[in-house]
Amino acid sequence: MPATVKVIKKPRRTIAEQAYVPEVAKGISFAARRFFKNTFGPTAKKEIDTVKYPEEKREYPERFRGIHRLTQRFDGSPRCVACLCCSTACPAQCIYIEAAEYEPDDPRYGYERYPAVFMIDELRCIFCGYCVEACPCDAIRMDTGMHMPPSTSRDHFLYDKETLLSIPGKDGTYLTANPRHEPGDPSHPGIDRERGH
Amino acid sequence: MTTEVLLLSSILKIVFVLVVTVGAFAPVLIWAERRQSAMIQDRLGPSRAAIVLPPSAVAFIDKARLPMWRGFALTGIVAIVALVAVTWVAVRGTNPLPIPTATLTKALIGFGAASVLLRIGYGVHGMIVRNQGKVMVLGLLHPLADALKFIFKEDFVPPKSDKFLFAAGPIIALIPAIAAFAVIPFASTLHLDHWNQVLPRTGEVAGTIIPMQVASLDVGILFIFAVASTGIIGAAISGYASDNKFSLLGGIRAASQMVSYEVVLGLTLVPAFMVYRSLRLEDMAMWQHEHSWGIFNPLLALGFIMFFTAAIAETKRVPFDLPEGESELVGGYLTEYSGMKFGMFFMGEFVEVVALGAIAAILFFGAWDVPFLYRDGFDFRLPFMASGIVVPLAHWIVIAIQVLFFLLKIVVFIWFQLMIRWSLPRFRYDQLMKLCWKGLLPLSLLNILLMGVFILSGVLDKYVGLLDRL
Repeated sequence: MPATVKVIKKPRRTIAEQAYVPEVAKGISFAARRFFKNTFGPTAKKEIDTVKYPEEKREYPERFRGIHRLTQRFDGSPRCVACLCCSTACPAQCIYIEAAEYEPDDPRYGYERYPAVFMIDELRCIFCGYCVEACPCDAIRMDTGMHMPPSTSRDHFLYDKETLLSIPGKDGTYLTANPRHEPGDPSHPGIDRERGH
Repeated sequence: MTTEVLLLSSILKIVFVLVVTVGAFAPVLIWAERRQSAMIQDRLGPSRAAIVLPPSAVAFIDKARLPMWRGFALTGIVAIVALVAVTWVAVRGTNPLPIPTATLTKALIGFGAASVLLRIGYGVHGMIVRNQGKVMVLGLLHPLADALKFIFKEDFVPPKSDKFLFAAGPIIALIPAIAAFAVIPFASTLHLDHWNQVLPRTGEVAGTIIPMQVASLDVGILFIFAVASTGIIGAAISGYASDNKFSLLGGIRAASQMVSYEVVLGLTLVPAFMVYRSLRLEDMAMWQHEHSWGIFNPLLALGFIMFFTAAIAETKRVPFDLPEGESELVGGYLTEYSGMKFGMFFMGEFVEVVALGAIAAILFFGAWDVPFLYRDGFDFRLPFMASGIVVPLAHWIVIAIQVLFFLLKIVVFIWFQLMIRWSLPRFRYDQLMKLCWKGLLPLSLLNILLMGVFILSGVLDKYVGLLDRL
């Protein structure tokens, strides 16, 4: 069976196209319309897509992942219990935590630990948000809406516990909306490693 | 005319030409090209170069805004009152206020100007405060920043290059572009002894006459061709001296392209010379002032389109920028240049753009001719009107209007060239040569022939006479 070939005719150019001038005029008038609209047109009709960056900023989406913060309890101590979930989940391995026990007279002693060192290398961070998802205590969040402030030294990008605790969220609070059950609260289960069930 | 007057006026004219072309047009063009392209492409364009004011100055500016607004309102009210009173005087013939009309007119002008200036100042202050103390001047500081960068950049010279020719290239490219302005008339002749009087519309005027061009040469336009073709050497030797194959190819391309289009450039203008019967640019301008602009002649309109095409190819700009051709030749003959040497090429190109605008305006758009403006002032008269509205003007005002209008025409042509530059894609090299030798050259020869037939058969004289009566 012979193959059927579909013959497509070569598009013929008209004389106007061949003479350049009308086509050139068409192209220039198109560009000129854009130019006049964007230069002299009313602001509402302008279609300029870029902004004057530092003076004018685009609003980020609500769930934008900015630099991290550590949320606080009511007494200002970190909510973090040093469970290492975030540093384990981190694909860039940029979180370093040293866990420590509370003092024996602290009501939280034996119930939970706290981070003696909590360090995030913001330059290694890829801002994936896995640490936030991994955290069982809502202690680490990326809701600051901020970028890393630029700096000249790599050391400045190693954010320690105090720095992370001092960064507020987008709404200005250092807490989170989720409640915590501190020892002594009625909702606190009152169990720990020492006393058992 | 005394020697001192001649010398002084010549120096003043040279300074004026340099200020207008190199000082004003070229930097603004660098900005305009970027800004215009940005506007076509829905971008904001260059706007970051800024002079940063200290916070105390910003606070002061912020504090000064309210007084400025109050001043604007007060002066504005006074100006409006004066405007109403002056209109009253003009319409009714009686003065409603116990103030002389002359004082009212002065108050209108003075307070009106003050009001507008205060409003502008209020807006500018607001802009500075909103921009956190950065004075950006619409991005006009960018050419300044560019120049600073060019001057302080490393002046790289390829080790095996021809050092002398490498340095001479940019100079040879820049100087002819500026030199072309020597013969360009930017207004009609200035009668120095009667500068503050209203001159008669026609006839000779006694006293010192200063032509408003640097050099009044008999060869006129031929001088421009001669000097402009020197620019080829600049591109060619800089390509040769760079010790770089891309540069060499770019230089060769530039040379062959410019030599080819030089021929067409001259031939497309021959019909214009035939109509104006002169090579002197001031005579051409005067002919168009007395009769009609060249563009209204159909053959000259065709010549204008061909001339403009050839001239853009001559200035090596898009869509004929094959010598630079960054997609295949890196940067062509510009590849090895950096710093102010590159800046000089850049500057030369932009001065050429201005020169092209000026030549097109002179040859086809009446040079300094303003519609309805004669040597004694405005005379708005249309064919169906019995008598025109005559506004007599002093001689220096007429000259100033002519210069401004000429600059305005140049600005329009510059804008048009930048539009072409940002709208059209680049030609292929064989297409470029085909357009020149097989397209424009026969067409321009045909145009000359047709124009000769028209002149000999007397059709042209009839047509010009018809236009004169309108």
